[in-house]
Order: sequence, then structure tokens, then C-alpha cells
Amino acid sequence: MSGTTLWAAVIAASLGCYLLKLAGLSVPAAWVQQPWVARVVDFVPAALLAALVAVQAATRGNELVLDGRLVGLAVAALALALRAPFIVVLVLAGAAGALVHVLAAAVS
Amino acid sequence: MSSPARSPDRAAILRDAIGLGLAVGLYGAAFGAAAVAAGLTVWQAMTLSLLMFTGASQFALVGVLGAGGSALAAVGSALLLGTRNTVYGVRLIPVLRPRGVLRRLAAGHWVIDETTALSLAAPDRRLAWLAFLTGGATIYLTWNAMTVVGAVGAAALGGTTRAALDAVVPAAFLALLWPRLRRSFPEAAVQRRVALGGAVVALVLTPFVPAGVQVIAAVVAVGLAGPPRTTARPTASEEMA
Repeated sequence: MSGTTLWAAVIAASLGCYLLKLAGLSVPAAWVQQPWVARVVDFVPAALLAALVAVQAATRGNELVLDGRLVGLAVAALALALRAPFIVVLVLAGAAGALVHVLAAAVS
Repeated sequence: MSSPARSPDRAAILRDAIGLGLAVGLYGAAFGAAAVAAGLTVWQAMTLSLLMFTGASQFALVGVLGAGGSALAAVGSALLLGTRNTVYGVRLIPVLRPRGVLRRLAAGHWVIDETTALSLAAPDRRLAWLAFLTGGATIYLTWNAMTVVGAVGAAALGGTTRAALDAVVPAAFLALLWPRLRRSFPEAAVQRRVALGGAVVALVLTPFVPAGVQVIAAVVAVGLAGPPRTTARPTASEEMA
């Protein structure tokens, strides 16, 4: 992807996200408080974030890939379940991913 | 929600807003690193934190780009996650009662998860503004500073540290998702069902659609939430009673 396309995506998405924020302070509340609209907005983050977790942990391009990222994710889930602070979760996940990378290099 | 009998004073509002702001702002380092790992420049990572300034959307944009997705798919997923802030704005109007176009234009940029939570917890309009502005400023400054740290740091990494970073990105998304799956979150069981559905849809579609499109397609999992519940939520006065 060219630098210009990347910049266009960065600027367009930033502007769009700002307008979405501003819309909340500007549109009549009744529009956003429709039960169906509220229902969708309540659940979009769960669907999208879970999809991103799956895609980031287990795919590369169009392929499903199992590697250290999945081990890191499992470690992160365990740390989150034990209510570890956010930064600890990330450090543990990163350490697990690096460990798998080093072990895989040692084996091959 | 805290007891309405004892309203927190100015000092408590400042302490909460700055404390939360610093903790959340540190997360900016993870974003900066993820952006560079996805192929963005340090300048592009900084621009996103300055101009977009809404964490989940920023992560989604670089996540889709990093997965090889098109610019359109990346922008689309960022905007879908950004719709949440529209609802926050609606909730903030009665609390902040912003007057004038300029104040709305300026305040709009800082309408995010954390500033909304801080403002809604404040007992009156003046303290709500204090919470909104203090929390917003703390997060904005820390988030942007840490984005630079993360982006510059990641740009200087080698093979093993890149593998570490690869594992950090999905963990960061999981950390964003996690509070919604906890039992204390409204309709946590339904949130879990929708999350599982979203992950399955994305993985099943991965071999067949252009990279990134499977993330946007995962919004169909929202259908698993079913229709809105007909019972009305208790109003503020009922909660106080």
C-alpha cells in the first residue's frame, strides 16, 4: 500500500471518528436512543474486538496460522482472568510470544 | 455507582481523573508499537493519536492494515467502533449542557469511554466539566506522548522483539474486549455470545475474503444479541429512591 493511500486512510478515519463524536453532542437524542440503534451500538464492540483478537492471533493474510501469538493470547487471557494490570498482561503476552519464537528457532 | 448521599469533592474528582488518565494514557505505547508493526510510519501513528484519539478505533485501523487489509476495510472498522462515542455524546449533553458551537466542537474531540465515565460519575455540572477536562487533558497528553515512545521504540526492534510485539497486539485487543465479558457488565452472557460469534465469523471468512473484510463482516454477529428488551431501564430518579 502506498504512503499516500495510508495517509488518506489515517486522515479519513480520523475525521470520521471526530464527526461521530461531535454527532452525539449535536443530533437530537431521540435518533440515537432508538432501541434498535442502542442495541446495535451496545454489541458492535464485542463482535468487532473479538474478530480482531482472532484475526490478529491466528491469521496471516488469507491463511490460518498457529504460532507464538496464540500462546501469548492464552497467557494474556489467564493474566486478565487473574485481574493483572493491563501493562503486566501485555508484557507477559509479549514474553510468551518471544519465548516461542526463540524455541522454534532452536528446534529448527 | 457511588452513593448519592456523599458527593465526592473537587480533590477526589481530580485524583480519579488524573489517575485514570495516566493509567489509560500508558496504553498509548502499545498503540504506537502496534502501528509501526503494521507498517505505518511514526508520523502516521502520531497523527492518529492526535486527530483520531479513540483507542479501540485506532487499534482497529492499524490492526486491519497490519493483517494486510485494504484502506477501506481499515477505515470502516475504525468508524464502526467509533459509533460508540456518538452514544456517549448523547449521554453527556444533559450532564455537561455544552453551550455554543465552539464549545461543542472542542469538547467533541475528547468524548471517549473514560471521559464519559468520569463525567457521568460527577455529582453536578461544574464537577462534571472538571472531570471531563482533567481526565481528557491527562489522557490526551499521556496517550500522545506514549504513542511516540511506542512507535519510536518499535521501529528499532529486531526479530525476537518483533515476535514479542506480534503477540502483544492480539493481547491488547483482548484487554479491550475483556471488561465487556465480565459478569458485572450489563448482559455479559449476551456480550460473550456476540464476541464468540464475531471471532468465529472472522476466522471462517479469512481464507475467502480480502484481508480485513472479515473483521467488518463480523458485525453480523450482533444479530446474536437478539431484539432490544422491552422492559425499560430504571430512570435516574428510580435508582435514587
